[in-house]
Amino acid sequence: MEIHRYEKLWTAAALLLIVGLIATVTYGALGPGVTMVDDSGGTVDAGSLGETEFGDPGVTQTGENQYEVHVVARQFLFQPGTSSPIRVPANSEVTFYITSADVVHGFEVAGTNVNVMAVPGQVSEVTVRFDEPAQYGIVCHEYCGAAHHTMAGQLVVVPEDEYSAEGS
Amino acid sequence: MAYVDDFPTDARIVRWNLLVAFTALGIGGLFGMIQALHRTDVFRGFVSSADYYSVLTGHGVLLALFFTIFALCGLFTWGVTKSLDRPLPSARFTMAWFGFMFVGALTATVTILGGLVPSIPFNADVLYTFYAPMQAHPAFYTGLVLFIVGTWMAGFDWFRTYWRWRGDNPGERIPLQTFMVLVTMLMWYISSAGVAVEVLFFLLPWSLGIIESVDPLLTRTLFWYFGHPVVYFWLMPAYFIWYTVLPKLAGGRLFSDPLARVVFVLFLLLSTPVGFHHQYTDPGIPEGFKFIAMTNTMFLLLPSFLTAFTVVASIEHGARQRGGSGRLGWLRKLPWDEPAFAGCALAGLMFAAGGFSGIINAGMNINYLIHNTLWVPGHFHLTVGTASALTFMAIGYWLFPQITGKRLRLRSVATVQPYIWFVGMTLMSNAMHRAGLAGIPRRTAEPQYDAVTFQGVVGGVSEMRLQIAIGGILLFLGLMLFLLVIFATWLGGSRTAPLRVNGTLPTPLSGPEHSPKILDNLKLWTAIALVLIVLAYGLPLSAMLADGLFAPGSPPIPV
Repeated sequence: MEIHRYEKLWTAAALLLIVGLIATVTYGALGPGVTMVDDSGGTVDAGSLGETEFGDPGVTQTGENQYEVHVVARQFLFQPGTSSPIRVPANSEVTFYITSADVVHGFEVAGTNVNVMAVPGQVSEVTVRFDEPAQYGIVCHEYCGAAHHTMAGQLVVVPEDEYSAEGS
Repeated sequence: MAYVDDFPTDARIVRWNLLVAFTALGIGGLFGMIQALHRTDVFRGFVSSADYYSVLTGHGVLLALFFTIFALCGLFTWGVTKSLDRPLPSARFTMAWFGFMFVGALTATVTILGGLVPSIPFNADVLYTFYAPMQAHPAFYTGLVLFIVGTWMAGFDWFRTYWRWRGDNPGERIPLQTFMVLVTMLMWYISSAGVAVEVLFFLLPWSLGIIESVDPLLTRTLFWYFGHPVVYFWLMPAYFIWYTVLPKLAGGRLFSDPLARVVFVLFLLLSTPVGFHHQYTDPGIPEGFKFIAMTNTMFLLLPSFLTAFTVVASIEHGARQRGGSGRLGWLRKLPWDEPAFAGCALAGLMFAAGGFSGIINAGMNINYLIHNTLWVPGHFHLTVGTASALTFMAIGYWLFPQITGKRLRLRSVATVQPYIWFVGMTLMSNAMHRAGLAGIPRRTAEPQYDAVTFQGVVGGVSEMRLQIAIGGILLFLGLMLFLLVIFATWLGGSRTAPLRVNGTLPTPLSGPEHSPKILDNLKLWTAIALVLIVLAYGLPLSAMLADGLFAPGSPPIPV
């Protein structure tokens, strides 16, 4: 097979780019430690969430600066998040456990890289650091029914001293 | 002699496929403009926000499945019969597959429109991805099954035409156009098996109440096993045109037949074991398998890079034959006033941009930033919405006269139409990408929330909305002009004047005699493709099945 010299160069450059792109993703995982949502959250029976840790969803402290947040997504709200904001302190490491009680939803904290699917029967586990006080919007970004566009919430990162003062 | 004179029966089926395709394009395009105006809050008078999702479902299904695949069937029937120089063996069988596809598409479409028309007692507001446990009316799933069975029969029709040709021509190389059709269909058989299993074994019986629950993650995974290769099923007919017709339109010849074959083989191998890149942010799938899908996806860039080289080299050769010179000066000698050429070339240019935004989608960890945001539809409106759609429209200007025997009418309208599409898509797509970076979600009627403020990374949100709305209007205008030209040609033209176009395709600069015989070994490539799929999907699928076929289960939730 005859391959033109320019085409050989082009193919080599393309392969180099491909390998480079794979290297950046690998670096992202090994260097800064960006992990993917995976099967670590386990499964759950979407029909009887009341009998699981999702029965009383919300924030719990698990270590000095470590928190867990259980969130249930359902048509058309986040529990917690929609009727009252999710509140966590600044300078904390927060692990979210997110599942759905009915159809597939999305959980996107707008302007951050917290962005996962909420699939009934599965638990999405994602750990993030919140360094600074801030207010974020939470959006359901997967179509979930006729009022999908109303499904949103808030996440508030409060200053560390205020958070302990609340005693929550 | 035009194609219609040589192959009257086949010309009729090509015509019907293209007419169904372009009708679906017209309806789906209207829906698209309604969405562009609705979600940007420029005009919300067409439908309520609850009905927006019926429109969105119609837009996705009509354009991504019916428009593209009917167009593919028209183009592939033309390509097979022409390159093998023999008609499809049985007009009755050909009508049967067209009938299956048409009845299936019509059934699904009526069910979707039931969401907008209260007198139709069905609906299927489940979007193009129909994720369980949202449940559509069983008629929707039945329509999809009929449609897909029709495509399988169509593939068989092309294969057996080839087998008969092979009987008469032992030892000859498979003609390039037929090679592309066969390889694409092999990819389609392998990948559409996923959605067939999803619908036939799970969603259809579940919607009929025969089984109580399905596993949402398993059905999603089966969908995306099919959902990425279907992207290439839209794109391969465009590649088929870019490789085999575009060089002629530019005044030249295909640069390399062997590399064209290599590219199609790579697509057969790599299109399917990548589906998890649509599920990077899904729970329940081990990270390692997401990583495998990511590397396969990155290597899938290679055939598109090779295509970029070959297509540009072929066009440049054409321009130089026409007297073009200089490093870039040859560009001026290209027939930019020929709508078929201009449309294909602009489609290729936009595909390059879409390819780069696709690299971001493929980057597993950076995908967190843009997953399910408006970035993603911004991306695929460059790929399926332009690379495929604009190529199919452009080649319509060239092919329609040949399958009807009528000269193209309203040629001046046709000449400006690809540019209108290009400008409209430039406005809409760039703004959608930037809106995605700001975190604005896709698939929503009203991406405006009391509790959420989106910060534009480049530009402001209101400016993005305006560009999306104007772009959507221009695209719809371009679409109407296209349909005007096609229907004026079809209904109004006469067969008296000789055609200005002909279907003779020049031989490649480097022909099949330079391409290794192993490239035509379809069994070998199919076997390797299956091995790659087992590696990518075997373990995660068995893990999903290990806790039971229907567990963790969800009952249907009709929407």
